[in-house]
Amino acid sequence: MTAATAPYRSDLPAGRDGFGQLLHAEWTKFRTVRGWVITTVVAVLLVVAFAYLGTFHHKNGVCTTPSSSSCHVPQPHVPLGPGGEAVTDTYSLVHRALAGDGSITVRVGALSGLLQTGSGNSASVSDMGGAPGALQPWAKAGLIVTASTKPGAAYAAVMLTGAHGVRMQYDYTHDTAGPGVSAAGARWLRLTRSGETLTGYESGDGRIWTKVGSAHLDGMPGSVQGGLFVTSPPTAPSQAFFAGGNAGGKASGATARFDGLTLRGQWPAASWKRQNVGANGQVPTLTSVGSNKSGTGFTVSGSGDIAPAVGLPAAFTDQPSLTGVFVGLIVLIVLATMFITAEYRRGLIRTTFAASPRRGQVLAAKAIVIATVTFLAGAAATAVSIPLGNHLLRANGNYVYPTSTLTDLRVIFGTAALLALAAVLALALGTALRRSAAAVTAVILLIVLPDMLVVAIAVPTGVQQLLMRVTPAAAFAVEQTVPQYHQVNYLYAPSNGFYPLAPAAGFAVLLAYTAVALWFAAYRLRTRDA
Amino acid sequence: MSNALHAEWTKLRTVSATGWLLLSAIVLTVALSAVVALAVTYSSTGSGEDITKLSLAGIYVGQAIVAIFAVQSISAEYSTGMIRVTLTAIPRRPTLLAAKAAVLTAPILAAGAVAVLGSVLAGRLILPANGFTAAHGYALLSLSHGPTLRAAFGSVLYLGLIALLSLAVATAVREPAVAIGIVLGLLFLFPILAALVGDPSLKRHLQQLGPMTAGLAIQTTTNLHHLPITPWAGLGVLAAWATAALLVAGLLLRRRDA
Repeated sequence: MTAATAPYRSDLPAGRDGFGQLLHAEWTKFRTVRGWVITTVVAVLLVVAFAYLGTFHHKNGVCTTPSSSSCHVPQPHVPLGPGGEAVTDTYSLVHRALAGDGSITVRVGALSGLLQTGSGNSASVSDMGGAPGALQPWAKAGLIVTASTKPGAAYAAVMLTGAHGVRMQYDYTHDTAGPGVSAAGARWLRLTRSGETLTGYESGDGRIWTKVGSAHLDGMPGSVQGGLFVTSPPTAPSQAFFAGGNAGGKASGATARFDGLTLRGQWPAASWKRQNVGANGQVPTLTSVGSNKSGTGFTVSGSGDIAPAVGLPAAFTDQPSLTGVFVGLIVLIVLATMFITAEYRRGLIRTTFAASPRRGQVLAAKAIVIATVTFLAGAAATAVSIPLGNHLLRANGNYVYPTSTLTDLRVIFGTAALLALAAVLALALGTALRRSAAAVTAVILLIVLPDMLVVAIAVPTGVQQLLMRVTPAAAFAVEQTVPQYHQVNYLYAPSNGFYPLAPAAGFAVLLAYTAVALWFAAYRLRTRDA
Repeated sequence: MSNALHAEWTKLRTVSATGWLLLSAIVLTVALSAVVALAVTYSSTGSGEDITKLSLAGIYVGQAIVAIFAVQSISAEYSTGMIRVTLTAIPRRPTLLAAKAAVLTAPILAAGAVAVLGSVLAGRLILPANGFTAAHGYALLSLSHGPTLRAAFGSVLYLGLIALLSLAVATAVREPAVAIGIVLGLLFLFPILAALVGDPSLKRHLQQLGPMTAGLAIQTTTNLHHLPITPWAGLGVLAAWATAALLVAGLLLRRRDA
């Protein structure tokens, strides 16, 4: 009698059946298809290549020789405000030194407007005279206390505007409305300084005063400049539908009469100095401005703006450097769709579900793998593209708006996350529809078509804003680096790089679409045979 | 050839996706055209608006559905292995491609005509209410107006050529996801790149070269001298794209195993 032989048992430990294994399996599937890895690398290279194509042709300035290849002009000087943002600081000023604390009070008469007559631009100032015309809503006349008359200096001002009543503004980006915003008519204004705190008041009769607002300006020097100022911004550019371009804004001016000038506090004895601050042609300005002493007061006319710089000519954001994102997006959408539809086409999906019957987890593992791959590819591509593109723009004499490190990181990782979510959306639609042509088209129509209608076709601004609110293309708001300022009159349209939603809100729209698509894909995956 | 045509027609006719895709091409085209027409008002535009082009804007989305339709007609055969049966029945491969092209184009042209007429009708009904009236210098949209007829007729031809281009690309690359990615990339990327590059002459060349930017010049009825390319020459550029792609596809179809 022989002993019963024990059945064969493999010495290898049993494979674990967890989500980690599933991730590993999906990663192996992705990694071992040579075409997919090559495609991912090609997508990165395309983004970078198009950053070059999108930027190197932008040349600024007038070249002396017809062949512009050797043309290098210095980039226009744009002053930076105390917060590090690009600012416009061009105005007419009548000023004296203020050695310590003090106040200045004046009565401002109603403003009158001037408008550019010729069709010249800031580069040729020969025909930049003005004729009486519409007063700009954000024309400003009032009192200012500024650290210096150098453009970009810290300041606080209280002013009467063309159509927005009395305002208190300081350090370019801050704006407070006065009580009971009243449009036209003469007002009394007062600006007091106490150390680093400046407070603005307004009054209808010069007796009963209302506080408009106050500003705390860090590092205000002991001796500052105080006085009267007038300025008036260019008109907002207008859009031509389906033409892909804006008609540029026209230079404007404003004139105001100041009287009843009263000084209190530490104003050293001196005469009033008249000066046109800035006026270096960064925004269209009228040349026929200045100030005159008339009787007991001054008549001042000014042109320009004291505000954040928006829509400067020959100035760029990160967007030309991110041209290639559209190309990379299409490539990655195709790749992500095939990550699931190839399984259906080859029948591998049945093996996949035999090995891992929990279908929702398979979808989750696939989504995590494709999102990670596209996020890393997108981050690498944009992290190279933005510095490269901005360098090329600057080397060609263009101005690139400054950005904080935090904004740079938001643009790089936001764009990478946009690509990752688009890939997951494509994967989800590929799973739900199983047909790759329909899935790829749906994602491209949802994300790329709105951009094409906005950037290239220039549909009406209303349609642009609707598209950038309700389609997943709203996520492109993560690329916006210059914020929208209500106190600067400009055509804030997506075609000019201004999105109706904040970066996080725009991103949330794409996230919502992706979440719904994933839920739908998981549902279809469970309820259908593979 | 007539047998090949009949076989291809039967395949196309008996797939349920055919009807759905053609219907959605029509509905989406007219819907986008109507939305754009509703969104434009006279007061915000000034003068010189090209209302014909505006009311045909739906073609931007319609062409994508046409592209799916054309890509599916060949790549589905590769996905299911049907192509081997087809080639056994019709061994002359150029004949097969010609039959597919002919059978595909006919329903596309018919659906395109419905979509374009629907869009023009939507524009005709909606635009006057938004201020585009004779008093402001805008005649009622009508196909009796020469340039408008050319724009409408040309838009239908445009959709037919897009179908041929898509069929050729799908025949060449076989994989539907890649094919549709290439077609939509060719269509949408040229205008985006042209809008973003700085050099005016490069921008113009991109617009003259792009299958969509050149082909849709046919829809323009005003300010023709601003166009990068004349309307019919533009449609010719798209035809050249489609012809070149079909030649390459025919060559690859002959030389490769199915």
